[in-house]
Amino acid sequence: MNKTATFKGYLIPALLLAPQLAITLVFFYWPASQAVWQSFLVQDAFGTSTEFVWFENYKELFSKPDYYKALWNTLVFSTLVTSFSLSIALLLAVMADRQIRGYQVYTTLLIWPYAVAPAIAGVLWMFMFNPSLGIMAKGLRSVGYDWNPLLNGNQAMALVVMAAVWKQISYNFLFFLAGLQAIPKSVIEAATIDGARPMRRFWTIIFPLLSPTTFFLLVVNVVYVFFDTFGIIDTITGGGPSKATETLVYKVYSDGKGGADLGGSAAQSVILLFIVICLTAIQFRYIERKVTY
Amino acid sequence: MVENRTFGDRLAYLILTIGVLILAFPVYLTFVASTWDAATIINGQMPLYPGPFFAENYYRTLFIGTAGTTREPVINMMINSFVMAMAIALGKIFISVLSAYAVVYYRFPFRMAAFWLIFLTLMLPVEVRIFPTFKVVADIGFLDTYQGLAVPLIASATGTLLFRQFFMTIPDELLEASKIDGAGPFRFFKDTVLPLSMTTVAALFVIQFIYGWNQYLWPLLITTKDSMQTIVIGIKKMIVTADALTEWQLAMTTAVLAMLPPVAVVILMQRLFVKGLVDQEK
Repeated sequence: MNKTATFKGYLIPALLLAPQLAITLVFFYWPASQAVWQSFLVQDAFGTSTEFVWFENYKELFSKPDYYKALWNTLVFSTLVTSFSLSIALLLAVMADRQIRGYQVYTTLLIWPYAVAPAIAGVLWMFMFNPSLGIMAKGLRSVGYDWNPLLNGNQAMALVVMAAVWKQISYNFLFFLAGLQAIPKSVIEAATIDGARPMRRFWTIIFPLLSPTTFFLLVVNVVYVFFDTFGIIDTITGGGPSKATETLVYKVYSDGKGGADLGGSAAQSVILLFIVICLTAIQFRYIERKVTY
Repeated sequence: MVENRTFGDRLAYLILTIGVLILAFPVYLTFVASTWDAATIINGQMPLYPGPFFAENYYRTLFIGTAGTTREPVINMMINSFVMAMAIALGKIFISVLSAYAVVYYRFPFRMAAFWLIFLTLMLPVEVRIFPTFKVVADIGFLDTYQGLAVPLIASATGTLLFRQFFMTIPDELLEASKIDGAGPFRFFKDTVLPLSMTTVAALFVIQFIYGWNQYLWPLLITTKDSMQTIVIGIKKMIVTADALTEWQLAMTTAVLAMLPPVAVVILMQRLFVKGLVDQEK
């Protein structure tokens, strides 16, 4: 892990590290510590006085149904997005892995949505499903389905999920394809000679060998759903209707906007921080395991 | 393979084609909307083929702007997005190459402490510490500036980890040989490490350019002036809740323009893009 040949001196490495450390301290650690500190404070309505209240903000958070609702939304949202985007991407990757002619063209055509900003993805899907002018909304109504995500919370959630899945498929596809291509062809050929049919080959050999990739993607997708989907939610629903699509991150934003409830918002940030640390720890363990392979 | 593959191959073509079409459909529809006039779209009667307003819509969007809330010509927003994306990509490469070089090629007290300090920022996405960071930037006076848009986003562990990992693969013999030739740390960096790292630099650039261009929450908070808006923010402001007031044809034109640069980067530099993405997660 360490180089044997190195340079000597203290000043040069200090100077080399200075820019990164300075930015990290000013824009990462200081604000993060401020968030922790603020989560213990309560400010009065006019912002004139603050009081140290220990865990009062947290207690209040957990006494409100709002927070549980956001927690539930996040759970539903991440389960749906993760399972759909992973399974669709896996199906596409298995198909592309057959090395059919032109599969590289297909790869290119499948990975570009990664480059679309989440907020733009939201606009695209909102336009398609806009109840008054969207082409898909028109289609749904013509078959007699009462489509209005502006009023119906479940429909709003469905729309946000579709946009988030649409954007995440490319990423998962790329990693699944790389994982599939790393499986030695001889293993699969051996199974074929033993008479295993394609479905059986997939579930007994390919899928288990792919499990490190799947696990890694699971964690990455959960992180994606937690944080990167902010733009999608903000452009499609703005957390509505009546908070049906408000996730934990979105709530941090909407509660803290305009300084309305900084203490409560900070307490939520701290809880999120805790969740991210857990997720990173899980991922880290996975990386360590991969190394010992 | 011993089996007859024809059926399976046909199935693969079918599924992949359906996948490609589903992924492309929303974008195609957006493009079509950018070639019609407002009335056609508002009526919900938009056909599925491009209309005759392509030139007019793109000209108005790029150089005049919408009549509503933003008014800013979209070309200015694109310039802002471009500056921000470039600053984030280049800034990140710059500071992380330097810090990785220090961590890998020097032995000094607190080396591991410095490394962990950087590494831990992996766990602090900007969304988590959004309001305190906003306050810091406001206190420094960076609101509505390019520095404010870019600097808080350029420090993160990904770049440093990527370069550290790459530097570790450079054989020690190269450094020993350079030392025998009398090269100091700067010459070794300039003549050996940097040329070897060019692919990694390019791959990181592609990923970070896309990351920077697509930023949403951060520019939403710290830009208040119309003239500092990025294109991703601009489009959100064009879409007003009352449908009738939204100039959909211009909003959709803006969406196409907002997608174009990052998507072009992915398609034209696919190899680097894939490398950057896969390496970052190792």
